[in-house]
Amino acid sequence: MAHTTVEPVPGPDAAPDAVLLKAPEVPAPAAPARRRPPLALLLALAALALLLVAALAPGLLSSASPIETHPAEALTPPGAAHWFGTDQLGRDLFARVLHGARPSLLLGLGATAFAITGGTLLGLAAALGGRWADQILMRLADVLLSLPPILLALLAVTVLGTGSLNVMLAIAIAFVPGYARIVRAETLVVRRSGYVEAAVGLGLPRPLLIVRHVLPNAVGPMLVLATVGFGTALIAAAGLSFLGLGPQPPSPEWGAMLSQGRRFLATAWWVGVFPGAAITATALVVNVLGRRAQARFTRRTDA
Amino acid sequence: MSTGTTGFAEPADTPAPARSSAPRLLRAAARRLLGAAAVLLGAATVAFAALQLVPGDPVTVMLGPGTAATPEVKAAIQEQYGLDRPVPVQYFTYLGHLLTGDLGESYQLQRPVADLIGDQLGPTVQLGAAALGLAVLLALLAAVGTAGRRPALRALSSLAELLAVSSPSYWIGILLLTAFSFQLRVFPVAGDDGFAALVLPAVTLALPVAGMLAQVLREGLETALGKPFVLTARSRGVGSAAVVLRHALRHAAVPVVTLTGWLTGSLLGGAVLVESVFGRPGIGALTLQATTNKDLPLVIGLVLLSALVFVVISALVDLLYLVIDPRLRTD
Amino acid sequence: MTHPAAPGTPESSPPLLAVEGLDVSFGPVRAVQDVSFALDRGECLAVVGESGSGKSVTARTLVGLTGAGGRVPAAVSARRLAFDGLDLATLTEAQWREVRGRRIGLVLQDALVSLDPLRTVGAEIAEPLRVHGLATRAALPARVRSLLERTGVPEPQRRAAQYAHQLSGGLRQRALIASALAAEPDLLIADEPTTALDVTVQAQVLDLLDELRGKGTALLLISHDLSVVGRLADRVAVMFGGRIVETGPAERLLAEPRHPYTRALLAAVPGARTRGTRLAPEPAGRPPASPGGCPYAARCAAADDTCRSTLPPVDALGSRCWHPTAAGASVLSVREPDPAPTVVDGADRTALLDVDRIGRSFAGRPVVRDVSFRLHAGETLGLVGESGSGKTTTARIVLGLERPDTGSVLLDGRPWSELTERRRRPDRLRIQAVQQDPLGSFDPRFTVERLVAEAVARTGVPRGEARRHRVTELLDQVGLPAALLARRPTELSGGQRQRVAIARALAPAPALLVCDEPVSALDLSVQAQILDLLADLRRELGLALLFISHDLGVVQHLADRVAVMKDGRLVETATVDRLFAEPADPYTRRLLAATAPVGASR
Repeated sequence: MAHTTVEPVPGPDAAPDAVLLKAPEVPAPAAPARRRPPLALLLALAALALLLVAALAPGLLSSASPIETHPAEALTPPGAAHWFGTDQLGRDLFARVLHGARPSLLLGLGATAFAITGGTLLGLAAALGGRWADQILMRLADVLLSLPPILLALLAVTVLGTGSLNVMLAIAIAFVPGYARIVRAETLVVRRSGYVEAAVGLGLPRPLLIVRHVLPNAVGPMLVLATVGFGTALIAAAGLSFLGLGPQPPSPEWGAMLSQGRRFLATAWWVGVFPGAAITATALVVNVLGRRAQARFTRRTDA
Repeated sequence: MSTGTTGFAEPADTPAPARSSAPRLLRAAARRLLGAAAVLLGAATVAFAALQLVPGDPVTVMLGPGTAATPEVKAAIQEQYGLDRPVPVQYFTYLGHLLTGDLGESYQLQRPVADLIGDQLGPTVQLGAAALGLAVLLALLAAVGTAGRRPALRALSSLAELLAVSSPSYWIGILLLTAFSFQLRVFPVAGDDGFAALVLPAVTLALPVAGMLAQVLREGLETALGKPFVLTARSRGVGSAAVVLRHALRHAAVPVVTLTGWLTGSLLGGAVLVESVFGRPGIGALTLQATTNKDLPLVIGLVLLSALVFVVISALVDLLYLVIDPRLRTD
Repeated sequence: MTHPAAPGTPESSPPLLAVEGLDVSFGPVRAVQDVSFALDRGECLAVVGESGSGKSVTARTLVGLTGAGGRVPAAVSARRLAFDGLDLATLTEAQWREVRGRRIGLVLQDALVSLDPLRTVGAEIAEPLRVHGLATRAALPARVRSLLERTGVPEPQRRAAQYAHQLSGGLRQRALIASALAAEPDLLIADEPTTALDVTVQAQVLDLLDELRGKGTALLLISHDLSVVGRLADRVAVMFGGRIVETGPAERLLAEPRHPYTRALLAAVPGARTRGTRLAPEPAGRPPASPGGCPYAARCAAADDTCRSTLPPVDALGSRCWHPTAAGASVLSVREPDPAPTVVDGADRTALLDVDRIGRSFAGRPVVRDVSFRLHAGETLGLVGESGSGKTTTARIVLGLERPDTGSVLLDGRPWSELTERRRRPDRLRIQAVQQDPLGSFDPRFTVERLVAEAVARTGVPRGEARRHRVTELLDQVGLPAALLARRPTELSGGQRQRVAIARALAPAPALLVCDEPVSALDLSVQAQILDLLADLRRELGLALLFISHDLGVVQHLADRVAVMKDGRLVETATVDRLFAEPADPYTRRLLAATAPVGASR
């Protein structure tokens, strides 16, 4: 049981505890779940390891070049020589998908990092910066949230232009209002919380109060949400590159590969299937891990 | 907190004052309308401001990269669109036009923006409605059928949802095209003629949405099923299936309605990708065209359309809250 | 679906409900073990115990919903589980549905969450009738009205169309009982039916249940509250650690308890007779019992090796104990000699706290009106009132967390409530608070050590060994071992959390401790320990306490003076003896009348 962490101490409350733990009125649902071998978690961690190797050292997993063209072998179906087949220029798709990990992950990672930073700063400014800052920032967030993220990102790309960095920024701009809202809401909740009140009761000066209690507790939940948000950002960024707004060929980015692949769907299904599968697999891993982190987090704070 | 009062919330033992409901409703409606107008104005302003930042000269954009127009011609065009006037004047002129319902004329297509949007609205509304209906139906089946029972079935459904949520719509579209259009030849590859052409795009757009809705719905159902009122209902002799339909579903509906509202708004964004994959005409395709061509009036028109859709949907969502939860009706 | 009565029953009429050797386990957790009891029509059996004793699990098993809501499947077995000729142990789910509501009704605590908040009260009450096909759709409204009337709900027509949140706590609970009664079950199981209610409302709901019992409904009452039991039960079964440790007629059991646990439970009830005494038995370190031993051995002062190794059998008088107290012994004998009484004097000293005509409104509604009281050093003032009376807001104003609209609070004769936060800060350490929910007042990321150390640091104790030493010292003072230093608050029990909160509040050596319902979320035995701790600290440190509670018994036990609040006003302030002996205000009298002493005859 989860409660085995509570060792028997000879305190006055120890006895009632022991009884409580031996026979809960309604058994806690979370307790046995933790015991179950977390197969999904293990799979996700293994996949994550694979992704990281692909992103850091793709050469370890495939010796084929992702750039070199072999027109004679164009559109070879998957087989022993080419696990994922080849594309219209005869490039090995397996190698391209592996080498695509780094730019694709970087797009999502960069976008999430920008979005979190912006969201945290704006959310805190709104929650702690007084009424006017709050009003202005939150009305702006309302306006931005009224537009679908893709549209916002397209708008941003229109202004910024295409390319990797701009796609990152565009996706970040689309996600900033959401994160800012979360941080603001959390900050307000934390500010009204019993523990901040207790700290006020101890006479803690305001800056110390904010740095020690408000900030970490307000930003924590958002960092957890950002794990799942990374998956969303990855998909959105690959989407922009799918629309031709991201890194330009021949760079092996998954969204762009998918976009090229769809011209050959009638004859060569694999050119469209594998890059997309890589995006999905990554998002899946991120979602599994993110949900797990979220569950852990709520368990820690609500228990 | 240096100002004396600490600004903390009222304590729990302070019930809200009771006021008569009719003026309150009117006030709420008025506030709602005002808020909606503010969001629309904000969206227009953001779009206008954003496009002021676009590098390059709109006239060059308008004429296309290939043409070598004389400076005189350019100046004439600038004057025609009012681009030679100071930015604040342009802004207020543009707002004035908006108020009279005039969205301006597309630089690229030389047609009124309102007409362009009106022409493309039909296919996208069809696509969105079909996708949303399908998504809600799938989510209901998956969540209600598996919430709180039959662990194996539940796990399977969860996996499917996770997969759907993690799959980009553009990839789902490509998979469906590969399988049903190119291999099996059941559905047409592209176009917008008739029901057959709607099926694959609608499924594509619906799947990730359905996954998300099902996850939230099941979580809501299972939370509700753990509540004491469910135990009370069961103790009256209500069966476990009936308790889901009669009690839990309504409780789970609140977050689902919120999410559905948000997702409906974002379907417009999803349409950009899905319409591109399936070569369908529609608002999404128009948006992509407008942004890649920097067709400013058209972009602003589309932004306003999105904001309008959002405003209308949030009003509907808020109304639905009131229908679902009587506690919100009396404060 | 009625079987003939089980063969071989000697009585002429078998009991309505007979439970023998009931075992319930959730995986490895044995929640209920070898529980046996019987219940007749028109009889009330009370099952009493603290949280985790298995009483609610027992109740749910009797409606076939043992594991409902949980993920762990429940394993239920019993030698006999007979209800009116029906073998409950062999029922299929479909057969259970016929029994639930129709034959056996269940009432849970807190109707705000036990009635579906999204459906009208009428729809909820009508549900059993519809499920069991007992009334046509057209006849339902009339049936609902008559049920509401029967349970004493005025304006039944209007109430039926309302939702649970629109009803007061008492009406809500009546509506919940009405829904359980709708299909006229023979047995009503009431699981803590009055726990969430104010005392005056509690009394009314208990009267209603009593009336039902008088009309022939069998009543199984589940409660942690002995005063509820004393009012209603014919017989009482005391559960501990999943077992019934003592059972007997209510009057005998409450007057002459034989099992040490029953005795401890009774001794732990605070009130007039416990003033100045300890409520909990001395918490000496006792060796834990083996799984086969007496479940209470680890807590029992009389436990020996036999207790720890072998489970005692049930004796002729219904007590499961190797060393039951002889019949006739008084409960009071377990108490310890009175320590020196607290001094209640000081009219001529400067008041530590002077609350002068404070008032506070929220959204135009006055919550605190014209409240004045004084508190002297070392004195304990009990602030009593029902929910919504403005107690908590008063406490927050005293703590300087809320500013009064009118009036002022002086601390040590100097301004306090009107200061800016910056100027108030130096004196903050003079007043510390203990809240009802300590968990909410702990930063979730902090360990016990960091929580207490933060408060210690405010007093200028330098980082490092000195601070750690002081933290350990404070924990020791509140009876917590240093082993808990590295724990997070979520890993502690309710009592331990409250001790940590007290240790933190003591760190700056305050003159005044404001305690807002500090024990109302705790089990009786843990409440007793915390009250003892507060009494000790008060004596050792000369602390003044502003003690806020809805529980008159707790206040009577601890306070020197009592202030009674109603609708934001103080209706009466008097010394504890005066107030309880000759209450002046009608509301105080009502409040006192609603709180019947344990064991009082009905």
